[in-house]
Amino acid sequence: MAVAESLDMPVAKAGSELIRQRVRAAWIFLAPMLVVLAMVAGWPLLRSIYFSFTNASLTNIEGAQWIGFENYLSVTTLKSGRVIYDGLLVDPLWWQSVWNTVRFSVVSVVMETIIGMMVALVLNAEFRGRGIVRAAILIPWAIPTIVSAKMWAWMLNDQFGIINDILLHLGLISTKIAWTANADTAMLAVLVVDIWKTTPFMALLILAGLQMIPGDIYEAAKIDGVHPIKVFWKVTLPLVRPALMVAVIFRMLDALRIFDLIYVLTANNSQTKTMSVFARENLFDFDKFAYGSAASTMLFLILTVITVVYIIVGKVNFEGGR
Amino acid sequence: MADLLLRGIKKSYGNVKVLHGIDLDIRAGEFIVFVGPSGCGKSTLLRLIAGLEDITAGTLQIDGQVVNQLAPSKRGIAMVFQSYALYPHMTVYDNMAFGMKLAKGHDKSEIDKRVREAANILQITPYLDRLPKQLSGGQRQRVAIGRAIVRDPKVFLFDEPLSNLDAALRVATRIEINKLHESMPGVTMIYVTHDQVEAMTLADRIVVLNAGRVEQVGPPMELYHNPANLFVARFLGSPSMNTMPCTVVSGGANPVVKPDGCDPIVVQATIPVSAAGAKATFGVRPEDLDISTNGEAIFRGKVDIVEQLGEVTLIYVDVGAPEPIVAKIPNDTVIAKGDTVALTSERRHLQVFDENGIAYPRT
Ligand SMILES: Nc1ncnc2c1ncn2[C@@H]1O[C@H](COP(=O)(O)OP(=O)(O)OP(=O)(O)O)[C@@H](O)[C@H]1O
Ligand SMILES: [Mg+2]
Repeated sequence: MAVAESLDMPVAKAGSELIRQRVRAAWIFLAPMLVVLAMVAGWPLLRSIYFSFTNASLTNIEGAQWIGFENYLSVTTLKSGRVIYDGLLVDPLWWQSVWNTVRFSVVSVVMETIIGMMVALVLNAEFRGRGIVRAAILIPWAIPTIVSAKMWAWMLNDQFGIINDILLHLGLISTKIAWTANADTAMLAVLVVDIWKTTPFMALLILAGLQMIPGDIYEAAKIDGVHPIKVFWKVTLPLVRPALMVAVIFRMLDALRIFDLIYVLTANNSQTKTMSVFARENLFDFDKFAYGSAASTMLFLILTVITVVYIIVGKVNFEGGR
Repeated sequence: MADLLLRGIKKSYGNVKVLHGIDLDIRAGEFIVFVGPSGCGKSTLLRLIAGLEDITAGTLQIDGQVVNQLAPSKRGIAMVFQSYALYPHMTVYDNMAFGMKLAKGHDKSEIDKRVREAANILQITPYLDRLPKQLSGGQRQRVAIGRAIVRDPKVFLFDEPLSNLDAALRVATRIEINKLHESMPGVTMIYVTHDQVEAMTLADRIVVLNAGRVEQVGPPMELYHNPANLFVARFLGSPSMNTMPCTVVSGGANPVVKPDGCDPIVVQATIPVSAAGAKATFGVRPEDLDISTNGEAIFRGKVDIVEQLGEVTLIYVDVGAPEPIVAKIPNDTVIAKGDTVALTSERRHLQVFDENGIAYPRT
């Protein structure tokens, strides 16, 4: 025993020294990124949260005073005994934009996942010219959102848009429709454009997951005589699930804070106003800087809660491997 | 019980011709081993039989039925892949039961019985609830074999099933596969390998493939002792047969050949009289060469390399030819690099191949 112990000791020491060196190296490599993140993400975030507890306005940011939770909820009791609630949490416009955002996110992410999965399955098959198709499919994703939003705005234009033109010629509609301005169709228009734009991203993430699945188990399934549809549900889907879950959370986070597409395509339409648009409006257009900060903070909170719930419920594995 | 009949089987991928007309009769219950150098088309042939690839031309019959167009699952075959091909997200039990569960017409108790039986045979019962990633390579391979057994196939197909295992495990699993074959008379097994030992020990008959053609079919020892041609002669045996260009001095009774740079020797082969003067190839296996003690010798030369393998010693003798002559000699022979030796062999071990590499039959 004594011999073994005296032999073990130096080994253990060397090991921990090695680990210490590695940890130090890791911190050195991480430090620049942490500093930059703190400056461009951490600081603004903290400032926004701070402003949401003040009465700051665009003209008077420096002189902002702490007012506690007033921006979120203020309760005033009038002399008559009536109690008046005010603030973000009882603002119907805010809740309308929360509902818009959630509706938009769920529909767009579900559609993108389904279509993306189909596209990925096709791209995963062997066929001539697969490389070109794979590259081509990325184009909608590669175009900057502002550009593609402008492009679609023109295509959807009620007077000159090609979409109205085509639908009229096909006899599907009888009069031109103002797709982006109309309350009934604005959300649909935004959804179509977003799905068009981000399905490639989904498809590529899923494709990467599909390519991790060894091909020989499909041959085993063939010999087992399993129907291709059953193979999809029982083999492909369970195996691609980890990649799929990560892809969905990426997209979900993106969709929940959507701003640019809606700002360009359907500005001021209450049917498509999302949390981000609501926050920006208050921050800069309505000179309610503190109120907008409160909306931003709420958006941040909602995103965090949804992400955490999703990761726990979905048992998402970010570490990779099986 | 399943006979397999292959007639003129061809396979090409686009312009690449991989198999050039394979004819083969496989009897029910036989253990057939495909061997051949890498890229010769062994796996392709196996996959054609399995139905994982389309047959370009020719017919494949199993049990008298042409199965060219039949789906793999309907051919009564089971396949064990080199990479195991287990479903990574399913337990060992589910891996084995998956095919049966999804094929209609098996009730739960029947599936359970079959899976447990197979698990018993292969001694993997303790691992039934584990995932493949929680098993060692050898255990995974047994699960793959178990999955094949559960299918209750008429024909078992193995594609290099042992190549991912270490040497000791390979021997153990080889023996298990042999036992499995004996315990299932009537089940045909087709086994692809490039390991000669596996081929020699497992096969009832070996099929030697080369560049998409069958070179020879026969029982292992038959192929070893009477190779039909130079390719088979060189391919089987380790180290491979010593070969050397020679000239036929005379044919007929007591034919004589003269290996280049050596003395003429009498061989026991049927060489026609008309072959006199023709170019040929002379061959002798390393284990058939002995160090001569009476001065009579086929080859003389200096020992270049001495390899002591333990049970035997290999010596590489430079006889002036481009390739050294290898001899397998007893491990107690005292010999050192640089020694001059004379190598001899019994006449019955000598082989002669004609200009095209076809063996002159031995008498
Ligand atoms: N999908 C394919 N397309 C084109 N050529 C192929 C394809 N699959 C196999 N080949 C070619 O067919 C030939 C035979 O391949 P095969 O896999 O049957 O060889 P093998 O005898 O099993 O070799 P190994 O011992 O290395 O496994 C090879 O030359 C290979 O390049
Ligand atoms: Mg192969």
